[in-house]
Amino acid sequence: MSAVAARVEEARDPRLLGLLGIGLGLVALWLVLPPETVRVVPVPVVLGAAGVVCGALTISGGRRRLGWGAVFSGASGILGAFLITRASVPHLDAVLTWSTVFGAMLVFATPLTYAALGGMFSERSGVVNIGLEGMMLIGAFFGAYGADKTGSWVLGILIGIASGCALGLVHAVFAIHLRANQIVGGTAINFLALGITGYLYNDIYGNNGTPNDLPAIPNVHLAFLSSIPPHGLGSFLESIFGDLNLMIWLSYVVLVLSWLVLFRTALGLRIRSVGEHPRAADTVGISVYGIRYASVVTSGGLAAMGGVFLSLGFVNSFTEDMTAGRGFIALAALIFGRWRPFGAFGATLLFGFASALAPQFQNVQSWQTYGTLFEALPYVLTLVAVAGLIGRSIPPAADGRPYAKQ
Amino acid sequence: MSDQPPPPVAVPDERLPFAERYALWQRGGGIATPLATAVVAFAMGGLVVLATGHNPLQTYRGIFDGSGLNWLFPWVTGAARQTAAFNLQETGLLMIPLILTGLAVAFAFRCGLFNIGGQGQYIVGIVTGTQIGVWLASLPGPLHIVIAVTAATLAGAVWGGIAGFLRATVGAHEVISTIMLNWIAIWVGSYLIGFGGPFQDHSQPGVPVSRPIAMNAHLPVFWGNPLLQGLDIGFFVALGMLVLYWLVLRRTTLGFEVRAVGFSPDAAANSGIKVARSYFLAMAISGGFAGLAGALDILGWQFRLDVTTIQIASQIAFTGIAVALLGRTTAIGTFLAGVLFAGLVNGTSTANLDPSVFPPQLAGNLTTIIQGLVVLFVGADVLILYVWNLRRKARVRRAAPPAAAAVAE
Repeated sequence: MSAVAARVEEARDPRLLGLLGIGLGLVALWLVLPPETVRVVPVPVVLGAAGVVCGALTISGGRRRLGWGAVFSGASGILGAFLITRASVPHLDAVLTWSTVFGAMLVFATPLTYAALGGMFSERSGVVNIGLEGMMLIGAFFGAYGADKTGSWVLGILIGIASGCALGLVHAVFAIHLRANQIVGGTAINFLALGITGYLYNDIYGNNGTPNDLPAIPNVHLAFLSSIPPHGLGSFLESIFGDLNLMIWLSYVVLVLSWLVLFRTALGLRIRSVGEHPRAADTVGISVYGIRYASVVTSGGLAAMGGVFLSLGFVNSFTEDMTAGRGFIALAALIFGRWRPFGAFGATLLFGFASALAPQFQNVQSWQTYGTLFEALPYVLTLVAVAGLIGRSIPPAADGRPYAKQ
Repeated sequence: MSDQPPPPVAVPDERLPFAERYALWQRGGGIATPLATAVVAFAMGGLVVLATGHNPLQTYRGIFDGSGLNWLFPWVTGAARQTAAFNLQETGLLMIPLILTGLAVAFAFRCGLFNIGGQGQYIVGIVTGTQIGVWLASLPGPLHIVIAVTAATLAGAVWGGIAGFLRATVGAHEVISTIMLNWIAIWVGSYLIGFGGPFQDHSQPGVPVSRPIAMNAHLPVFWGNPLLQGLDIGFFVALGMLVLYWLVLRRTTLGFEVRAVGFSPDAAANSGIKVARSYFLAMAISGGFAGLAGALDILGWQFRLDVTTIQIASQIAFTGIAVALLGRTTAIGTFLAGVLFAGLVNGTSTANLDPSVFPPQLAGNLTTIIQGLVVLFVGADVLILYVWNLRRKARVRRAAPPAAAAVAE
């Protein structure tokens, strides 16, 4: 008897319930999207509602975060079910090809990955970097400008990185030596980048825009992917990975390198110790200022690489304010990924996925009116993520605190 | 820099770090830093102008004339005076949202929060204000205006309150959440009045614009021609809000708690102040200021909302950040910085800046650069003290014989 009671008690474990709720909501959402596309509204609604109930129970069981996650997931299942009745299946099917979505996801995620990795170095060393947005923007401009003037995309990338490092240095001087409020300083960096790039862009290119023959960063063709065995999988893989930009592959190299540096080298240990307890690091002879300067400058260079990818690898031109808040999304991804390289990368994939999905939905005929609303999707997702859907993430202990040498 | 106010402590302790010494000095009422900040920022902006082959003095002169501030000079007469009056009315109109979005930043800042969400709060306010202005056409004018303005203020407060709530409950950083709320407001607003949106003017399906607000919701104009964007009474509302800001911060329990939390959340919590409540209220009140700015803009001179207004709201709100920081988050400082930036933005607009002096599309970006420099230097006011101190140290060293200096060390 008591064994049964224990089983019941176990089944009522709020954590399991919460996960179950999230799962139910996702299943509901999955059902309404192609290739499944269940046309009967009640099924996903019932599943979604069950998810919401599980979430509510989880909340009452004390695990509020997980519970709200389940409620959100269930609610999105229900919402999806209602939306689906307003869309016609053939359109949705034709429009929502998953390989396109995944390919676009990787493209949208890449600038965020660079910037998030950049932010990680800065914040792990204890300097908050709100200026990622500006560093990306200046990288985007100088990358395009450099490639235009030198005729080489390699030099374009290098010039872009140098400009980002320079802006990173400005942030570093104010944040480290002058001990300014780092958030205010980062905001100033964003203003400066916006003003400088806009000014130079108008002064140099005027109304004509950047030239059409900017040397673009090439794509990497991987034709062999289509020959991978089970039939269908190969072509699916090829349509996703077969024609990605060089910078996208480079971002994965940078990702692994960042992880190696930060968690497998003495330098990484120093960076992290400076970010957690600068006084202790100083005591054992680590140069707090030196490490922080290097980290913030690296941060600027990496963020600028994200910008260079935007201008030279993605749209192949520069327009004013073309980063459109990506630096901030990268920062959110960093927080969501708990200041870890692969965590942040996972988060950027999530936001990339949301960004890739939005234009797909806009193609659905009967949803055209709501097209603009879908543009808000990545931002809503970021807000939900930052609100701590999956646990509170704890920043490096000395993040944002200036250090005064004694 | 010799006319700086003396530090409140007779002999500043040399062993204190810069930041602390600076704080002591600032509490003595330092206006020198904001002034020096502005001067340095303008000088550096001038260098940018010079480097790209234009004359900085003529450029600034052109911007000054474009802002209409030359109306204040009695020797400007005749047609020039009329132009100046017209320009100054426009600058005054611009001051309204800049002061209010400045207050939106300033109030949160006093609570230790950085509200970059003025843009979203302004958009939510302007959309709400517009729609109330369209809907309740049968109400008497003053009542209609009051309802529209109140609703917009509340909408802004809700939008800011979301960020405050998230900060207070789950600790989500307000900088990230307000920026996300900005983008959500932009897209939702663009949807509402965009093509096929519920609030779009259905008589012109090809134009993404709202219906015009009812005549009785127009704010009365007290200076200039109502048909040519004269200055409306929203200006006095903005001035009233400056007074209200000062009163709330300095004369109410709420303001005391907000400032206490801003100085030190831990100390405030220990003395029984509900920190989470302060965070929420500070963000909601901040959002209210920005929402009010949106309502006054639409009821004062825009009269109908188009998608472009929503998309360029970022310019107003981000200038508001510079206004608040340059104004040291004080009421009087926000007013003065509001005059400065309204003049700068209006003076560099395409309509007001003489293209033969300086290309306006460059000048708009010059304004952004100057804003950036202002925020950068205001954030690091220690720099100015640092330079000042270096000079003093050098003077001391020169005055004292080497041996004595060695003993002193």
